[in-house]
Amino acid sequence: MTIDLIDIALVAGKIGLIFLVILGLAAYLVLAERKLLAYIQERLGPNRAGPWGMLQPLADGIKLITKEDVKPAGADKWLFYLAPAMAAIPAIMIFAVIPFGPPITLFGREVGQQVVDINVGLLFFIAFSSIAVYGVALGGWASNSKYALLGSIRGLAQLISYEITMGLSLVPVVMLARSFQLSEIVAAQQSCWFIVYQPLAFIIFLISIFAECKRIPFDLPEAEGELVAGFHTEYSGLRFGLFFVGEYINVIVLGGLAATFFLGGWHGPLLPPVVWFLIKVLAFAFLFIWVRGTLPRLRYDQLMHFGWKVLTPLALVNILATGWFIVLKG
Amino acid sequence: MSVINDTKAILVGMWTTWKHIFGPSVTVQYPEEKRIPSPRYRARIVLTRDPDGGERCVACYLCSAACPVDCISMQSAEQENGRRYALWFRINFSRCIFCGLCAEACPTMAIQMTPDYEICNRDIMNLLYEKEDLLIDGCGKAPDYNFYHHAGIGVTQPRGAGDEERPPVDVRSLLP
Repeated sequence: MTIDLIDIALVAGKIGLIFLVILGLAAYLVLAERKLLAYIQERLGPNRAGPWGMLQPLADGIKLITKEDVKPAGADKWLFYLAPAMAAIPAIMIFAVIPFGPPITLFGREVGQQVVDINVGLLFFIAFSSIAVYGVALGGWASNSKYALLGSIRGLAQLISYEITMGLSLVPVVMLARSFQLSEIVAAQQSCWFIVYQPLAFIIFLISIFAECKRIPFDLPEAEGELVAGFHTEYSGLRFGLFFVGEYINVIVLGGLAATFFLGGWHGPLLPPVVWFLIKVLAFAFLFIWVRGTLPRLRYDQLMHFGWKVLTPLALVNILATGWFIVLKG
Repeated sequence: MSVINDTKAILVGMWTTWKHIFGPSVTVQYPEEKRIPSPRYRARIVLTRDPDGGERCVACYLCSAACPVDCISMQSAEQENGRRYALWFRINFSRCIFCGLCAEACPTMAIQMTPDYEICNRDIMNLLYEKEDLLIDGCGKAPDYNFYHHAGIGVTQPRGAGDEERPPVDVRSLLP
């Protein structure tokens, strides 16, 4: 295989484009969340910076950049500085394997609309989502603060409660698609979305990704009101911004993955594939915000109980049932 | 089945918030939209005048005594005809809590609360209102009330000229 300049340029272009689009989406997701929560609570939300508050992300960005970057006394310097990146980077890395459209022809060669189509894309996602929790754990630990430490302990406890169920809920998808490759999984859903075959797995996966991106009702590591701000209590300025944006990138990425695994990825009638993919991602983002506006936070032990005693057995039973179904079908 | 009940509870909650997304907002965007307070709203304090145009305040110090934060101070003085008035009268609005006790304590209806709530200021010294800032030309909430028509006998009017009084009786005319 020869690699020439156009290939490199295409990949770099894709990476740059995805990076820009995701960061822009994440910034505006913050605004959308504030607006929607405000509407749910019969308020107006931000509407001062620009029409309908459209410049609010810019104002927030300027504010975060110009804030002082405080490091608490006794903090573990390098871990403290590294942790925000460790939270945000894996989140955006996961998007590399998500296909957001069918391969197209550009400059006389076939270009897939995803950065890399590795044959273990699903495992890549699970591995990187586990790495993301290191940002939470190390950030809280390096802060030298009891609230941050409690937040990161909760983050780890949460991780071992939902990560297994998340993995198990994806096994039926792999069994149906007969591949770990995300483009193959999407292709397998051309005629019928997997949510039809696997409603239970979808619900389990949905609950797991709520826990994965640390949002209400599973925002135990942050838990404002109990732990000040949880693992990022001691962070300020752009480092806090990185944690914050990382959370929203996570929302987009996990929404995209849920769409890829269960809602047929970019498949859809009439509209172009990329638009369909965007619609599905934004629908998930809306669901995340809507749920945040509705549900209270679960208690520490409730999440563990729910993860281990309810979701894991259900996911296992679901795998058995799927296997039985596939065997009987031949 | 608790699972069904719990799921139903979540869905009911989601439906409730869904409805509220499209509902009206209760926010009043202050500098552009201003809420009209009720007539008896307690905000900026004024000193009113009686229907004849004279100052109602008789500098009795009752408002000052009633004030829980001690923001009212004054100096009483007396006119030549014996009518009392405030030489100076000062309300420190940076301390005032707008409780309305001064207005309740006032025997002459001189000190009154108004619905004007926009008195914030960048310089705290501007919140020190002197008598000329406080005095208004109207009668406020008691348009017909004139303290001296009921009291102040022998000071501003002859004995027996008050509204609820009869003229003094010449005792000798009652003799048998």
